[in-house]
Amino acid sequence: MHISEGVLSAPVLAGGAAFAVAGIAVGLKKLDNNRIPQAGILAAAFFVASLVHVPIGPSSMHLILNGIVGLLMGWAAFPVIAVALVLQAILFQFGGITSLGVNTIIMAGPAVLGYYLFTPFIARGHTTAMAGAFACGFTAVLVSALIAAAALMLTGEAFLEVSAALVAAHIVVMIIEGIITMFCVAFLKKVQPSMLSIG
Amino acid sequence: MLSETFAFGDSAIHRLDPRLRVVFAGLLSILTAILNRFPAVIFAVFLALVLIGASRLPVRQVLARLAVVNGLVLFIWLILPWTFEGTPVVEIGPLVGSWEGIRLCALITLKSNAIILALIALVATMPVATLGYALHHLHLPDKLVYLLLMTYRYIFVIETEYQQLARATRIRCFKPGTNLHTYKTYAYMVGMLFVRASARAQRVHQAMVCRGFSGKFYCLHEFAFKSSDWAWSSAMGISLIVLGGLEWAPIV
Repeated sequence: MHISEGVLSAPVLAGGAAFAVAGIAVGLKKLDNNRIPQAGILAAAFFVASLVHVPIGPSSMHLILNGIVGLLMGWAAFPVIAVALVLQAILFQFGGITSLGVNTIIMAGPAVLGYYLFTPFIARGHTTAMAGAFACGFTAVLVSALIAAAALMLTGEAFLEVSAALVAAHIVVMIIEGIITMFCVAFLKKVQPSMLSIG
Repeated sequence: MLSETFAFGDSAIHRLDPRLRVVFAGLLSILTAILNRFPAVIFAVFLALVLIGASRLPVRQVLARLAVVNGLVLFIWLILPWTFEGTPVVEIGPLVGSWEGIRLCALITLKSNAIILALIALVATMPVATLGYALHHLHLPDKLVYLLLMTYRYIFVIETEYQQLARATRIRCFKPGTNLHTYKTYAYMVGMLFVRASARAQRVHQAMVCRGFSGKFYCLHEFAFKSSDWAWSSAMGISLIVLGGLEWAPIV
């Protein structure tokens, strides 16, 4: 989910940038120099995974996966997502320089939120963990959409309907992200449970 | 497949000092984002087009990128003119399009495209590794630059790995559809991608430690600011002042 360049007002862009810088600073502080190869290669995997298109009816959507990024990376999600957005901006021009801060908050904020809210559930038994993982994937996209809507609303009240449509358009995405996150966490718990406790 | 479509070329822009390009792209983008007057915005689009022209990029590919980027802009065009209160100009059935809504949409479209074109011309024309070195010389936090370089180094490797997984599912007659089986398959593929990435990261880290990695990257790349860079930076400075003047000068 990206807000394009040229849409938001200056105070919203500046506020987004300030919050993003703070989040990235916390994330970098928690990221040990020796874990940079780990974080970098996982970031590359997230970048590639977010290019995967899954079908919904006649159309398709690309994965967002910020819920799983949060579960795997904790606060490091901020620098990892910022770097992924820079790469997207350079390689495909999805988003640009001025909206980078706001877009980082839209994606990384819910990731960190999910990390705090749902990590305790992931460690529990199968059913609880599955429910927690679904909720994590669902909530991450929901909160992303809400932050994007809030950024538009703060720019001008004229964007009320656009914001509402944006959130509504993402409801199906939320459900599918929830399902993907659920199965992905189940897979990781079986194959490499140690990955789910880093953060 | 992933590729750096615009990174390699031979033009005045490709030869410019990457630090200058990054700084100017930042300043121009920020200034353009806060513009509100049409003459200024049109001048910003003009500047972006001049930069694209000077970078001699394939026009068709640039247009293809713009088409994708204009998705949200289109979304705004579909809603905003009909919901914005103001002087009515168009009526389609119960929908009334307001002049102010259309004006805002046009402003957003021009600004959005000007910023993206400037980004393509100035920043997408350098390999990401060069961007990393430029950001290092511009004193971004070391860890962030390492993370960028490390991620960039591995996206192509991981993409090949994903293609391998996708091929394996195709060989097993996997046909994506709207059903739980499809989502489960994709989730497992993504999960496998993470597991392999994590295992690879361990091997890479061990190999780096073997070669003396102590948590710091050393940047051997030095940039030289040439006389042509000075000429371009003055032209860029003047264009920014003109742009600011068009926006904030009192109307006579």
